[in-house]
Amino acid sequence: MTAWLGSEEWQAVALSLRVAAVATLVSLPFGVAMAILLARGRFWGRGLLNGLVHLPLVLPPVVTGYLLLVTLGRTAPLGRALEDWFGLVFAFRWTGAALAAAVMAFPLMVRSIRLSVEAVDPGLEAAAGTLGANRLRVFTTVTLPLIAPGILAGCVLAFAKAMGEFGATITFVSNIPGETQTLPTAIYAFLQVPGGEGSALRLVAVSVAISVGAVLLSEAISVRLARRVAGR
Amino acid sequence: MTLKVRIRHALGAFTLGAAFEAPEGVTALFGRSGAGKTTIAHAVAGLIRPEDARIEVAGRVLTDTSLRLHVPPHRRRIGYVFQDGRLFPHMSVARNLDYARRADPAERARVVEMLGIGHLLPRRPGGLSGGEKQRVAIGRALLSRPDLLVMDEPLAALDEARKAEILPWLERLKGEGGVPILYVSHSVPEVARLATTVVALGGGQVIAAGPAERILADPRLAPALGLREAGAVLTGIIAAQAEDGLTEIDVPGGRLVLPRIAGAIGMRVRIRIAASDVILSRARPEGLSALNILPARVSEIHEGDGPGVMVALETGGAPILARITRRSANALNLAPGETCHAVVKSVSVAQGDVGTVTSSVIDSPGHQA
Repeated sequence: MTAWLGSEEWQAVALSLRVAAVATLVSLPFGVAMAILLARGRFWGRGLLNGLVHLPLVLPPVVTGYLLLVTLGRTAPLGRALEDWFGLVFAFRWTGAALAAAVMAFPLMVRSIRLSVEAVDPGLEAAAGTLGANRLRVFTTVTLPLIAPGILAGCVLAFAKAMGEFGATITFVSNIPGETQTLPTAIYAFLQVPGGEGSALRLVAVSVAISVGAVLLSEAISVRLARRVAGR
Repeated sequence: MTLKVRIRHALGAFTLGAAFEAPEGVTALFGRSGAGKTTIAHAVAGLIRPEDARIEVAGRVLTDTSLRLHVPPHRRRIGYVFQDGRLFPHMSVARNLDYARRADPAERARVVEMLGIGHLLPRRPGGLSGGEKQRVAIGRALLSRPDLLVMDEPLAALDEARKAEILPWLERLKGEGGVPILYVSHSVPEVARLATTVVALGGGQVIAAGPAERILADPRLAPALGLREAGAVLTGIIAAQAEDGLTEIDVPGGRLVLPRIAGAIGMRVRIRIAASDVILSRARPEGLSALNILPARVSEIHEGDGPGVMVALETGGAPILARITRRSANALNLAPGETCHAVVKSVSVAQGDVGTVTSSVIDSPGHQA
């Protein structure tokens, strides 16, 4: 693969996979918690929170990227605080690309998990309670296995979205080869220079292959999970 | 007392306000839908937080709103069998049974054998019949070694054939399980077969509570229990299995001949005699096709609004009910203290109305509510 892809192209593919994987895995616990909160929670401001979560879906990605830059850039108070306390720098780093991808993919992940949470019969959780299971055990042994298909679907959607994220990424962390240049921004960059079509086309092929592979894999797993959850 | 309940809770339009105590054995929480039965069952299991209540099970106070005490469901040791089973669909039957983690292997083997679910263990709940699901649900609840087993209309979602299939298991559970049961039901035949104590609810209040035989034979309660279904329960002993397919049973007032009841001679059975299946006659009838004629004494006549009256009779010390028209009652000059004969047609006692008695609780006639 490295022979077929140039080193710069390979770098973009590897970085994209890393960015998308980190974005998906790190946002997963938050996605599950948010989905449960929105599906089950009855509190003031739930509608507002729901709107906030979905905002990246409707805002122009450039706007989302700019807002990230303004709040988490190295000169912004929050960005500086994160750097001072945790050594976390987002601006113009691959971590920033992952954050931008995670923010953009979050609504899709939450939506998918939330639908599966709403489909869980709370009666099953009550039954587990009467059998002596505390809330943590009810969650890990009943709720989590039953929403597993939704979590998987959410992860695949989020991963695909993260792989393809362009607008927020390029606005927030620019397009630095080896640091923040992901597949889409690399394709864009190659198209800007004469003779770059070959590289761009190869990246497009890789991009299509990864997407199709992800969908097929998730389909195979979700069929098995769904059968398990249906109790057969 | 195994269970002590006092509860006040607003339920939409009406307020549930009930208090009762239940001894060992099977206590039926009986009433029509909307009477507040399930709310009480949920409150006992801690699945709802009642506005004002005190609930005590086996000497432990589980809810006391005046002390702001509400033990969470998982610390109550109350087994709950839901109407819809609620088996975990993603686990095998075996894993469902082992979910509670409190039972030892010997106990598990005993429960599996008692409920006849050994062959189901590797299967998933999705492929089980309704009756099988309920048996597994009962086993799962039993294996959590509860202080009290709450069964919330466990048969309501099943058809008649499945009910007939599962009732004997419940009778067996009553006899062998040892665990007290709060049995929520709106079905008189089920209550008649299973209950040692009946708590009748109506409009969110306790209408009557006491030993099953007494409550079911109380003519004043018949309208609340449902006139069509009203009927007393007799306990008898199988005396003979005749060759013509009939079974002879000795009851306190004499001998009943009923369609074949499986069981050895000497076995105790409970027979529900529906009030509408009993005919009264002043003289001992002759040349009648009905085989069962019990001498009886009228203890009470309860007149309702309609054309019928409910006659409470005593036969050999055991109460039975007869539902006849007011015109007949007048024509026969029936009054408390008068003697007559109660006639029961053999085939009118359905198989579903006969249950085996394995519990010792019912043997003591003076058992306390």
